[in-house]
Amino acid sequence: MLTHLVIGVEMKGCGCVLISRNYMGNMDMNEVDHFMPIMMRMEEDAESLPLVTHGSAHFLWIKHRNLYLVAMTKKNANAALVYSFLYKMVEVFKEYFKELEEESIRDNFVTVYELMDEVMDFGFPQTTDSKILQEYITQQGHKLDVGAPRPPATVTNAVSWRSEGIKYRKNEVFMDVIESVNLLVSATGSVLRSEIVGSIKLKVVLSGMPELRLGLNDKVLFEITGREKCKTVELEDVKFHQCVRLSRFENDRTISFIPPDGESELMSYRLNTTVKPLIWIESVIEKFSHSRVEIKVKARSQFKSRSTANNVAIMVPVPSDADSPKFKTSTGSCKYLPEKSVVQWNIKSFPGGKEYMMRAHFGLPSVESTELEGRRPITVNFEIPYFTVSGIQVRYLKIIEKSGYEALPWVRYITQSGDYQLRTN
Amino acid sequence: MTDSKYFTTTKKGEIFELKAELNSDKKEKKKEAVKKVIASMTVGKDVSALFPDVVNCMQTDNLELKKLVYLYLMNYAKSQPDMAIMAVNTFVKDCEDPNPLIRALAVRTMGCIRVDKITEYLCEPLRKCLKDEDPYVRKTAAVCVAKLHDINAQLVEDQGFLDTLKDLISDSNPMVVANAVAALSEIAESHPNSNLLDLNPQSINKLLTALNECTEWGQIFILDCLANYTPRDDRESQSICERVTPRLSHANSAVVLSAVKVLMKFMEMLPKDLDYYGTLLKKLAPPLVTLLSAEPELQYVALRNINLIVQKRPEILKHEMKVFFVKYNDPIYVKLEKLDIMIRLASQANIAQVLAELKEYATEVDVDFVRKAVRAIGRCAIKVEQSAERCVSTLLDLIQTKVNYVVQEAIVVIKDIFRKYPNKYESVIATLCENLDSLDEPEARAAMIWIVGEYAERIDNADELLESFLEGFHDESTQVQLQLLTAIVKLFLKKPTETQELVQQVLSLATQDSDNPDLRDRGYIYWRLLSTDPVAAKEVVLAEKPLISEETDLIEPTLLEELICHIGTLASVYHKPPSAFVEGSRGVMHKRLPLGGDIGGSPAMGAGFGAAPAVMPASLNAPVGGGLGDLFDLGGGVGMPMGAYIPPKTVWLPAMKAKGLEISGTFARRAGVIQMELVLTNKAMSVMTDFAIQFNRNSFGLAPAGPLQVLTPLGPNQTIEVSLPLSTVGPVMKMDPLNNLQVAVKNNIDVFYFSCQYPISMLFVEDGKMERQVFLATWKDIPNDNESQFQIQDCHLNSDAASNKLQGSNIFTIAKRTVEGQDMLYMAIKLSNGIWVLAELKMQAGNPNYTVSLGTRRDGEQHY
Repeated sequence: MLTHLVIGVEMKGCGCVLISRNYMGNMDMNEVDHFMPIMMRMEEDAESLPLVTHGSAHFLWIKHRNLYLVAMTKKNANAALVYSFLYKMVEVFKEYFKELEEESIRDNFVTVYELMDEVMDFGFPQTTDSKILQEYITQQGHKLDVGAPRPPATVTNAVSWRSEGIKYRKNEVFMDVIESVNLLVSATGSVLRSEIVGSIKLKVVLSGMPELRLGLNDKVLFEITGREKCKTVELEDVKFHQCVRLSRFENDRTISFIPPDGESELMSYRLNTTVKPLIWIESVIEKFSHSRVEIKVKARSQFKSRSTANNVAIMVPVPSDADSPKFKTSTGSCKYLPEKSVVQWNIKSFPGGKEYMMRAHFGLPSVESTELEGRRPITVNFEIPYFTVSGIQVRYLKIIEKSGYEALPWVRYITQSGDYQLRTN
Repeated sequence: MTDSKYFTTTKKGEIFELKAELNSDKKEKKKEAVKKVIASMTVGKDVSALFPDVVNCMQTDNLELKKLVYLYLMNYAKSQPDMAIMAVNTFVKDCEDPNPLIRALAVRTMGCIRVDKITEYLCEPLRKCLKDEDPYVRKTAAVCVAKLHDINAQLVEDQGFLDTLKDLISDSNPMVVANAVAALSEIAESHPNSNLLDLNPQSINKLLTALNECTEWGQIFILDCLANYTPRDDRESQSICERVTPRLSHANSAVVLSAVKVLMKFMEMLPKDLDYYGTLLKKLAPPLVTLLSAEPELQYVALRNINLIVQKRPEILKHEMKVFFVKYNDPIYVKLEKLDIMIRLASQANIAQVLAELKEYATEVDVDFVRKAVRAIGRCAIKVEQSAERCVSTLLDLIQTKVNYVVQEAIVVIKDIFRKYPNKYESVIATLCENLDSLDEPEARAAMIWIVGEYAERIDNADELLESFLEGFHDESTQVQLQLLTAIVKLFLKKPTETQELVQQVLSLATQDSDNPDLRDRGYIYWRLLSTDPVAAKEVVLAEKPLISEETDLIEPTLLEELICHIGTLASVYHKPPSAFVEGSRGVMHKRLPLGGDIGGSPAMGAGFGAAPAVMPASLNAPVGGGLGDLFDLGGGVGMPMGAYIPPKTVWLPAMKAKGLEISGTFARRAGVIQMELVLTNKAMSVMTDFAIQFNRNSFGLAPAGPLQVLTPLGPNQTIEVSLPLSTVGPVMKMDPLNNLQVAVKNNIDVFYFSCQYPISMLFVEDGKMERQVFLATWKDIPNDNESQFQIQDCHLNSDAASNKLQGSNIFTIAKRTVEGQDMLYMAIKLSNGIWVLAELKMQAGNPNYTVSLGTRRDGEQHY
């Protein structure tokens, strides 16, 4: 598998290794020196690939802020595993140090070494659950004789995500159903792709080892049980946290699990339904070379009037050399963001079934820049509380613990924009 | 207070100071000093001089300090092997510590110290740790076996650690199982023949149980290991698939991809008419689509793999075109991969949408992406005939944009469209000619010149256009020069009167003023052709061209199969077999997909994948030649009856490899039917029944024409001879060597695999006689590359006897000539798949050595 993990930092175009760990010993530590020159060469050629080679060494890398996390191998390693592990590492470091950056690595290098030793052995990822890791790798020193940590049984248990003996005075579960709408609309106004990516997040405040069962208005389940009259949702692809018993779901669509303590993402799902785009944008961008750009944007909310979209932000691209902006809006306010070359139209509250207008006017320099500009799309951000596009509903959340306590489930729904792009002419 | 302060000591005499601090009595000071040492090590300073002092700190009750010392040891032990021994005692002691964390830490660290002398001391503690009561220690010890094996493989074998490791597969703890599997797979990879992962239905069952319980990483190890297993039959295959499919719902993309790998491989064994097969196909699409919502790097891995999957099984994603539409903010490497898959999925049903998208992309700013998009439009035109017209008009629109690289790319693809649909879109030539001046890339210039030459008769000013290129002839790249030469010759042949001067000019430029041998040669050939026989020149130069094929850049089927077995790994990302980029893996077996269908089932099973391979003539000749040699070898003997040559029986499957079943056999052609003659011997103690046979796809589509006729049970020490008629209508796949045949034989005990090579001569069909005229024409048509020559030594037959002898094997003498005391026999052979092979046999009286020239016409393969 991968033999070497390096966290390096990019500084003014060159790089230096912050910390590294050699897991297999069959690779020279200096191999990593070839990495930064390759990256720089690629940058010059405006290329980019997440996998680069030097001689027989393969570098698989990701970038987090200005840090590179680089895995090196000489074998036919499982590339999917390596990338997924690197992202997991970022997550673990964030849980430990709040933010993963040069400073936090330097400030905690002893812990970083300990973590690197624990999460991977001889190139095989081991325990990467930060909650469990925090039980025995802490940031304070330990005396062995007085309460030195032992490996929590959880590490190797079948239930490797929850420790035993958790106690709370008040037992509660908070559940957020969040749906993101991804939309791609062509310049002619036809919907190319519309996709809902949903996610159910949990905040678990429960004692002991509770067994949870979640009921959704899942179409397949209702078909099995013969209740077809209710409104149901056809989940196209469901992904679960490892606590959910997958074979059970495969058999009878039951979502049963022992939840991890605290916050986690229980499941995610995807639907390819053709819903009406929640916020529809029509735009006319007229460019008069050497003199001005005129932008007209109409935004319409296409959901029921009892819902309201909050914090709507519509980003309209303008040429990078535009100047002297002038705006007029029927509601909300406009801001020109020259660093992104967009006009941002903010509407604090956008009730369903309404239509608003915005006009913008920019001057253009008389000398045209030679640089070609791509036709960037209009993007929209918004969130609509108490509403799910798909119509998914939590029907019940049963909580059973052998001590027999009563626990309250709380559910919140929210729909938000995901990758919401409308191409422009 | 943070650790960063440790990095700041850069005074002189630092090492000396650290030494003093390390030897301090105060524990706190000691720890601070070790931290400083590690900090120095981290920034790359050499602190190996402090080795003894640091090792002295090892015996401590402070866990943090212990870990730091261990870290130091891992780094420097190799450079100080003698002193590393000092640490051994503490390691051994720590391996018996009451705290499992310490035990595991010690055994983990010891394995990372790659010093031979230490490994000896590692054995005893490791043995204990492998049997430790705490699973955390056992899972660490399991990995340690792999580490030790990497340092000293012999030691691990001698100490019996491999068996202990195998036992851990049955451990009660899922994480221990996962690590044991990972360690065994790692060891097996470096010892391909060790048969370490001797997977059987029982151990597979254990793995599948552990799969439900272990961590995401453990699941990947187990799935990757499962992918190496070959189920006995379709039922087992299905039951494994059923237990693996829930993994497709895992949140970790790597788990999903590894599960896809297992399913893609085992699916191969399922009969296509099974309901479950269809269900499985449907289940694969959604998770593959969801992978595209992962982080960009994972998307990239997923896309590279999807590229393989759509080539292998296009039906899985054929309705999912839209998810591959490019988003503005996708990284460029994701965009390019998506584009590739879009073209693969393009069909008549979705072509309108695809074209609209491609047109949109062609106006983007990223040059590489735009180029690829333009090229993609051309590929759509070639792939989906109904869309060709729309594609051409889209390309014309793009040419109107006058963006330099778009125009050039468009011209290159339009040339291909002309080749695919000749005489259909020539009306656009005028528009193309308008853009002549803006072409500055060799490929585009060459394409344009080709078009002008090819359609010279319809372009009024073709001579002017070509002449304009001629001015800077020597500055052009070779590609353009060659094309220009050919184009002008074409022009001359079409309009000889006006262009005499031009052709003279280009011929002299090419032959007299050029250093390039290819260009000179081509120039001379044209020159001579034109000067000796203009009619022949016309036939050669203006000959009809073969159409170009629809799908370019498809991965060759055997490589594709191998890559499918490596889904998720670097090989699948590079689209190269591991042997191409991993050092020392040359001898490693190439992974293969299992045989299709159920053993003993209908021989047509598995038909329908992969195009018929383009059998390269060169490789064809080798076995044919060898076969002929054999014919003569035997021909040298006396008393051979007339008839086809039958090689002697050889043992194909020794009894020790097949639980007592020995199979020997040969191939024969009797009365126009190919027979596989088998001798089955039962050398086991028990009775064998239920025999069945199946072939893997092979070069000539050989397949059993009926079931294996072993009707009575085969008792111990009994032998039975069976003759199995073969047909040549089975699925085809090119093998290496070409005449290799992979066979699976099943009985009540197990399935056994062996491979054998059949004499190519048994594929020679009876109607292989060719008309003399046809022979002559064909013989001339054979390109030089397709010809091969070799000698047959020591054969004492005269030409007539040889001719008779060969006729017995369906090699027919078409003509005979005697030139200067040499007998020349011209012979024809027709293979069962319709390929003709022609041969010339030269023999000199009194010289026992014959010269054989073999040739086959390439076109021949396209018929089949």
